[in-house]
Order: sequence, then structure tokens, then C-alpha cells
Amino acid sequence: MAEGYNFAYLDEQTKRMIRRAILKAVAIPGYQVPFAGREMPLPYGWGTGGIQVTAAVLAPDDVLKVIDQGADDTTNAVSIRRFFARTAGVATTTRTAEATVIQTRHRIPETTLTEKQILVYQVPIPDPLRWMEPRETETRKMHALLEYGVMHVKLYEDIAHLGRIATSYDYPVRVNGRYIMSPSPIPKFDNPKMDMMPALQLFGAGREKRIYAVPPYTRVESLDFDDHPFEIQSWDEACALCGATASYLDEVVTDDAGSRMFVCSDTDHCGERRDFGHEGPWAKEIAQ
Amino acid sequence: MMPAVAFADGALEDTPLLSVRGLSYHYGRQLGCRDVSFDLYPGEVLGIVGESGSGKTTLLSCLSGRLPPGSGSIHYDMAGHGLTDLAGLSESELRVLMRSDWGIVHQTPRDGLRMGVSAGANIGERLMAIGARHYGEIRAAALDWLARVEIPANRIDHLPQSFSGGMQQRLQIARNLVNKPRLVFMDEPTGGLDVSVQAKLLDLLRGLVSELGLSVVLVTHDLAVARLLAHRLMVMKSGEVVESGLTDQVLDDPHHPYSQLLVSSVLQV
Repeated sequence: MAEGYNFAYLDEQTKRMIRRAILKAVAIPGYQVPFAGREMPLPYGWGTGGIQVTAAVLAPDDVLKVIDQGADDTTNAVSIRRFFARTAGVATTTRTAEATVIQTRHRIPETTLTEKQILVYQVPIPDPLRWMEPRETETRKMHALLEYGVMHVKLYEDIAHLGRIATSYDYPVRVNGRYIMSPSPIPKFDNPKMDMMPALQLFGAGREKRIYAVPPYTRVESLDFDDHPFEIQSWDEACALCGATASYLDEVVTDDAGSRMFVCSDTDHCGERRDFGHEGPWAKEIAQ
Repeated sequence: MMPAVAFADGALEDTPLLSVRGLSYHYGRQLGCRDVSFDLYPGEVLGIVGESGSGKTTLLSCLSGRLPPGSGSIHYDMAGHGLTDLAGLSESELRVLMRSDWGIVHQTPRDGLRMGVSAGANIGERLMAIGARHYGEIRAAALDWLARVEIPANRIDHLPQSFSGGMQQRLQIARNLVNKPRLVFMDEPTGGLDVSVQAKLLDLLRGLVSELGLSVVLVTHDLAVARLLAHRLMVMKSGEVVESGLTDQVLDDPHHPYSQLLVSSVLQV
């Protein structure tokens, strides 16, 4: 561990303050708890909220995994993972099953999470009502009084203009039958995974200074209309590398002649499948 | 006390829908309105006239729950509860009442519309707020109401921004009436519209009010509007009601000097 830092970077009083906010958030699923967010050594929008939550829940024997867009090897993921390796000295991993704390941006891992794990989300805009109502005083009142009609106005607009609910990420959910919550910009493909998830889910928004949570085994429903039910994305192709048909796929343009391939966005999941011998249509070509 | 006269299709109702006693409001030391009392019966349109600054809008804001009344009481005939003191309601009950039982038509359509979403969504919002979750039905209701306020059906997905002033005002009316409120507050609904559009809007309003049996509190400085829509009139000056009575009676035979002045200062063409 680096000299001169408290364990996991934040001082103990700050951690205590954040843990109190987390406890309150867990007690009221989906409710946004204000907290005194600190300046962190990375810019807003890069995960300052998530990193503070992770720092507050991290213990010396934890194993940390950090993903960005499902990948372990992207800039943001690498730098946050290295940050905690240096300031907390904790073990890090890219294996979902081995991790006890997973900080994520944009994805929920494909591997089913367990009761022993905590999933920490980085959240840019915590209030799902913000798109319809710019006043914070008003949105707080709307949450308190259960005035959620405007969320359906947004979905109505989607159907009116595009013929279907086109919102594909940050798709609003109702937690435990009460609060409407922004699930952070994960694809709606991942929304069903939040429902009754055995792992604790914590959400940190650094710029807006809000923490909220979904405790283990809590109902999470995606909003929809009776005649336009909630649907997740699907693809006509399988992952080019591992042949997976049930995971979230990224489209990758491979040349300037229109060729493209689809690959799993969860790199760990894809790698694990290939280790087990699964092969996609491009696997041999890429290996050469 | 007001005489309990009501002109709801000629029928006299016993229970008022809205009963106001001794209502006063001050902005700090500045008087908003003082000691206003009246009863509004189901199906009745009450006009409040007076010059700018006479306290009309203040009174309307107090009545519609947007300003807390300084003193006095407002009782409303809530469905299933009878006459209820609005001061005794929690904020959430009041807000439920405002979006289900009441409508508020603002002077400027921009205040009453959600400018960032389409006309259809504007009309559907109140339905969704009270629990409608069937897109097809919301859409059908929106189309129906667009037709009733004479906005072409092909404008349903357009933003209110692209509408003319008169259309915006009609859209605002549709948005307020879609879930069949019992009481509608209107603040200068024809303000800022040119005369021919005004006439059309007044025709439309008059039709809707009688068709739906709405009770309306109508604030206006335009006596012609009051004459056309209101069954009963209250004349306000400097925050106080100086004269009240049946519309024709007040306009044809004004008693208070201020009412006489008001009536005589209407431009004759």
C-alpha cells in the first residue's frame, strides 16, 4: 500500500459519513440519499461517485473487479483498479466469480452474482425525473408524493415518435413497488438482472452527490405500457469470438468496406466461454 | 353573505361545490385580496372582473391552492367526503385533488403546457398521472380531445412550440379537461389572442362548459368574455369585492360607482 494514504484513500470520517448514507439508502430502496461527496483524483463523469462508494465498503481481504462498458481492459477500468491496488493494497481480478466488490460503468456482468458480492454503479444523473422536470425541489416532492405520471409521458413520446419504446439504456425502474430509480446508463438488456438479484447493488453519483441502493432480493420492475410491454434488446448474430447468443453484444466495425462483427461486451464472460471451448464464426481467424 | 342563487341549467342545487368565507391574502404589507366570500354551485360559471391589480389573480391562486390563504376558509365538496376545509388537507391530498378533480387554465399557455413534449403527451399526462397505462387508450383520448378543441389530428405529435397562440390555448384547455374535472379555474383564458380567435375560443369554451356541466371560476378583465360565459359576476377593486350578482344584472344595471365606471369604459365600435 502506498505511503501516506489512509486505507482505501478516503479518511475514516469520510468513510463513516458515506457508510451512513449507504445504510440509509439500503433501508429505503431506490431513495436518493444526499451525501457530502468529496473531490476525488479523477474528473467528474469518470466514476467519482462509484469510487467513493467502493472506497467506503472495501475491506483489506476484498477482491476488486472494475469494468467499463463490460470490459476489464479499458482506460477507466484499468485506472480505477490500479488506484485501489495502490491505495488499499487489495487483490484485484478480472474474474467476475472471484470478485467480492465489482465497480461498474454501463454493464452488469453476464455471470450471475451471489450474496457474497457487492455491485457498485457509477451514476452520471441519478434522478430519472430530471429529464422531464428540471427543478430539484419539485422532483423531490414528486418522489415523496409518488407523482410518477411524467415518467410515462417520456415513454409515450418514444412510442408516438418511433413506434416503440426506444429508450435503450438508463431505462427507468420501480424499486420494491415504491421509488422510481435510474439504473445508471446500463443497457435495458441488464434491467431484468437487477430484479431479485442476490448481490447488494449500490449506486454513487459524485457530481450530484447522491447515493442510492437496491438491497439483495428486491423487486425491480421496468416501467412500460400494458400494450407496449418492456422488452430487452436481441441480436440476429452470435458473438463472433465465443458464439454466445444470450449475452449483450457490441458491434465492431472491422474495415472500411462495411464488414462488422458482434462480440460480447462482457470480456470476462467471453474469455471464460472460449476457455471452455466455445467458438464463434471469427474465432479461428482472430487467433491467427 | 351571498344569496344562494345558482343557474345550473336552471336548477337550484343545495350544496355548493366551493364555499369561500372571509378570504384574505397579503403580500407582506401589500394587500392581495380582502374578505372575499362566495359560494359556487355545480354547473355554475362565476366571473371575477376588475382592472389590473384588483386582486383577481391573487384570489384565483388562493382558491386553486397555489397560494396558502392568509385568513378565511375555503371548503370544497370532495367526492365521498362532502364539504372539506382545504386547509385541513395534506399537501399530497391537495395535489391529488388538483390533478384529478380540478383544472387550471393559465393566462399564458406556456405556464400550463409542457413545452418539451408533443401535444398528445400534453393531453395524456393527466391520464397517466392518475394511472392510465394503456398507450392505445391514452392515444385515443388525446385524438378525441384534439378534435373537440378543433386542432387537426395530424398535429398530435408536434410540439406545442410549433402551434399558434390560439392553438396553444386550446391545447391547454384540452389538457385540463381530459380527465373530466368538476371545477376549472381560468385566468384570462382569452388574453393575448386576437378578436376572431377569441370569439372562436369563447364559443368552444361555452360549448364544453355546458356539455360537461363544469363549474368554472373565470378571471377576466374583459366584460364581453364575462357576459358570454359567466352566470354570475363579482366585481373587484383594490382587493375587495364591490359588487356581485347575476351577470346581466351587474352589467346592465351596475350599482357601485366603480362597476358603473367599468361598464361605461368598454369601447363601443
